Amino acid sequence: MDFLRPASWEEALAAKAEHPTAVPIAGGTDVMVEINFDHRRPEYLLDLNRVGDLEEWEVGEESVRLGASVPYTKIMENLRGELPGLALASHTVASPQIRNRGGVGGNLGTASPAGDAHPALLAAGAEVEAESVRGSRLIPIDEFYTGVKRNALAADELIRAVHIKKADGPQQYSKVGTRNAMVIAVCAFGLALHPETRTVRTGIGSAAPTPVRAKAAEEFLNAALEEGGFWDNGKIVTPSVAKQFADLCAAACNPIDDVRGTASYRRHAVGVMARRTLTWTWESYRGTARAAFEKGGAA
Amino acid sequence: MRVNFTVNGRPQEADDVWEGESLLYVLRERLGLPGSKNACEQGECGSCTVRLDGVPVCSCLVAAGQVEGREVVTVEGLADFAKQRAEHGGCASGACGTSLQDAQQWAARGTDSQTGEGGELSPVQQAFIDAGAVQCGFCTPGLLVAADEMLERNPNPTDADIREALSGNLCRCTGYETIMDAVRLAAARQGEAV
Repeated sequence: MDFLRPASWEEALAAKAEHPTAVPIAGGTDVMVEINFDHRRPEYLLDLNRVGDLEEWEVGEESVRLGASVPYTKIMENLRGELPGLALASHTVASPQIRNRGGVGGNLGTASPAGDAHPALLAAGAEVEAESVRGSRLIPIDEFYTGVKRNALAADELIRAVHIKKADGPQQYSKVGTRNAMVIAVCAFGLALHPETRTVRTGIGSAAPTPVRAKAAEEFLNAALEEGGFWDNGKIVTPSVAKQFADLCAAACNPIDDVRGTASYRRHAVGVMARRTLTWTWESYRGTARAAFEKGGAA
Repeated sequence: MRVNFTVNGRPQEADDVWEGESLLYVLRERLGLPGSKNACEQGECGSCTVRLDGVPVCSCLVAAGQVEGREVVTVEGLADFAKQRAEHGGCASGACGTSLQDAQQWAARGTDSQTGEGGELSPVQQAFIDAGAVQCGFCTPGLLVAADEMLERNPNPTDADIREALSGNLCRCTGYETIMDAVRLAAARQGEAV
């Protein structure tokens, strides 16, 4: 095994181009487990810890450019306002020790269906900034996950950053596990309201071969909210609408039975989380919408 | 490969390090510092917790090559580390810290092995002894490092803060209640001292 330690991003890209089989390591919270257990013996380890700008983020007009190695702890501490869904998801990752090392780039690189960040990224809307010596490209998050632990990266590409849309409305994240710390999700659900476009987006984790959106459920809910004038009148979402939404989210799953849970449990739980996160976010939206209305009326 | 890094305030060099080796292995097997414990090797148990550039991490999940040029504090250096912090707010001169030999021989022995009296203990270590928070002792080093870091960051933790800070450390004796007592005690003593 060779240990490659590029001092800059350019050097990292050059190393990856020269050794396409090199396994990038940043937080190490996935890679080192595999090495410790002898499940993996990469020819080359490509250490990204010395590439400092991977641990930085920029808050732009419409999105946050989050460096691939920004640890979950920093996301929780600094980006709760801009990326509330991802901040909530980050807080469910493993333990403080792991959150101090692991980041979204690793979650994307591993592309496990159980990765905690994925549902939040899908719900918020995001693009993955992938780069190689050939150039840079932005991969829409919906096209990034291609199979169980497979993603759209080419062999010579590295993940530099993730561009995540800043929240324009309430976001929620929910995860089912046997306890609060140190659990791999049995299943997880992210939901984001986008009042500016009057749309709702979802993300489902650990209930299909890849993280997925419940697109039919989103379309149904978008139409129902529009039809009922809910975005303007601030009424509560009708229970029958919430139930239909939950059922469609459960139907979007394609889960398996495994040690963490059965397929039918996962489907059921995703439905429950869909209904709950919709209720939570919609209550929050009604609250802020009312406040804005009252403020506008007073001025 | 060779790895140069700072351990407990002193520069160290580890030789013949295998490229896939963990920081934990280097500490235990190459530097003779067995305080950090090796249990799950997958970041689940927190027994191997050390500070890497001040941040608590599972040393089993840090590749040895990643610590080149960086600073590590292990449980063996915790007493000196806490003392420096209390007296000078950290090590300004760079001449403090714990020598490798002292660290290798470090033990919680004082004039009285039951109470730790007379020994060089950090406040959190003393609190663990006083509260009876040590049973088999295997999880203790990781808990000490994690608890000490939390008290540095948050001098007045709530019970929820303590639980959260220690949520990555498992105790298979299930002695969590006395561990909570110990951290509360350390926090209270820290408050009195100020």
